[in-house]
Amino acid sequence: MNRTRLWILHMAAGVVLFLVLGMHMAIMHLGGVSHLFAPYAGTADSIQNSLFRDRMPFFTVSYVLLLGVALFHGLYGFRTILFELTLKRAAERAITVVLLVVGLGLFALGTWAAVAAHGMALAGVKG
Amino acid sequence: MTVLDRRSNRLGVWGWLGGGRWGMERYAYILHRITGLAILLYLLLHIVVTSFRVEGIYLWTGNGFLHSPVFEMGEYLVFAAFAYHACNGLRLVLVELGVAVGKPTEPVFPYKTSLNVQRPLLIGMMFLALILVAMGAYAELIG
Amino acid sequence: MQRTDESMRTVTFHVSRYQPEGKRGAYVEAYDVPVHEGMTVLEGLHYIKDNLDSTLVWRYSCRMGVCGSCGMLVNGRPRLACTTQILHVAGGHLAVGPLPNFEIIRDLVPDLTSMFEKHVSIQPHILRKNEEEVNSTEGEFYQSPEQLEQYLQFAYCIKCGCCMAACPTMATDARYLGPMPLTAAQRYNADTRDDGRQERNLQTGSPAGVFRCHYGGECSRVCPKGVDPAKALQLLKRRLVLDALHLFRKKEPCRKLEGSGSGEVLPNIAAAPAHTVQCSGQS
Repeated sequence: MNRTRLWILHMAAGVVLFLVLGMHMAIMHLGGVSHLFAPYAGTADSIQNSLFRDRMPFFTVSYVLLLGVALFHGLYGFRTILFELTLKRAAERAITVVLLVVGLGLFALGTWAAVAAHGMALAGVKG
Repeated sequence: MTVLDRRSNRLGVWGWLGGGRWGMERYAYILHRITGLAILLYLLLHIVVTSFRVEGIYLWTGNGFLHSPVFEMGEYLVFAAFAYHACNGLRLVLVELGVAVGKPTEPVFPYKTSLNVQRPLLIGMMFLALILVAMGAYAELIG
Repeated sequence: MQRTDESMRTVTFHVSRYQPEGKRGAYVEAYDVPVHEGMTVLEGLHYIKDNLDSTLVWRYSCRMGVCGSCGMLVNGRPRLACTTQILHVAGGHLAVGPLPNFEIIRDLVPDLTSMFEKHVSIQPHILRKNEEEVNSTEGEFYQSPEQLEQYLQFAYCIKCGCCMAACPTMATDARYLGPMPLTAAQRYNADTRDDGRQERNLQTGSPAGVFRCHYGGECSRVCPKGVDPAKALQLLKRRLVLDALHLFRKKEPCRKLEGSGSGEVLPNIAAAPAHTVQCSGQS
């Protein structure tokens, strides 16, 4: 994929993040004002409130979306900064491989966690 | 013929930060970079930490390791960094797609450039970021 | 030229020096220069060379902001020495150094070769499929004033290198094409006579291309001609994005009009002397 396409994806990911991460931040950090998706007492990140959100398929889907888009936007942005240091071609290739491995690894971990947490939260309701 | 040595005058990473004579957009650029790197570092750790909840480990509540004023303050700074990065990023999307820079014109001294055209957008976005940061601080205080 | 003593002030020039044969590296030398109102940095340097230190070296030619030779770092900002008045930028002290992000040959003389090589790489000239059409002196390409305005601002560039010196990306990235060559690319892309945009896109959209620009805006702030490279680069990005998404309608470059055209000469305009309107074919 050429540089222009990657840059368009980077921009598009940024706009998606503005919405999805904006929602995440509004829930987590403006909870004292908004009380969005946090019906239980205490802060939005309490165990009860976390489980409440993990039960909803909407959050499982949005966590996976947020994870993928944020990892791409962040790691591609980081790669852009590193590539502005006039590195050797071999070093640039190594950075690309390392960032790809880190990104895909964390995406797999996060996706597994989001899906597993959804299952456990549902099981918690039933049991 | 002897070849005389050249002296490299490339500024290096210091050149990103620049001196004290630069304009608003330069500071916006530096802050965008710093907040981006900070949010990325947080994101990578955040994915690992929140994944532990599957094992029933909630490090950020109760007597968890991350449930301390220092880390709570740190998380608020991440929120503030996000508010800035998101608002400035939205401006950059508009500017870099050539929407908010104006049309080519005949330059007449003193020159008005695309910087002047997008300046209201920059100021508006910074104002929005400030409101978000203030709201976050208020929510943190009453929460 | 000499003024009375009352209107003169002394400004200390702190000039960055470098002699490649000296093995001393870069150092700063101070010179006290009597300055009168309206005196430019270039005149100050001449005063030093004439009266204080004949070994000081810099590059200049036209003395009036046209040739783009005397770009240098004046009080931390890239400027043309000839269009910068000392008293506009300095109180008692003035720091003069060579342009950053270039290799320095001697004292205040930067080697601009790297910039010009990048400039050449984006093919800064009219590209058309039919070469003969361009090279032939017969006929002319039609262009309306509105079409001219699409690129005229970017055509005022004098290649002084101030934008390259101010650009934060250039501070670390030796491969980045830089504001000046990319502005030249936009200048020709936006020209209705040109048909080479797709060819230039390979360069401007490459890893060394325009996406290394993050709109720090310094190029436009320092440009002594008001060329506004930052604007050119954002318009270039926009076109690259539209091209990549196949959203931009394919436009044919303007055609060449043979002969005298169909326009009518307005009344009250005298006919041009015959020898000024002769084509090369006739004689």
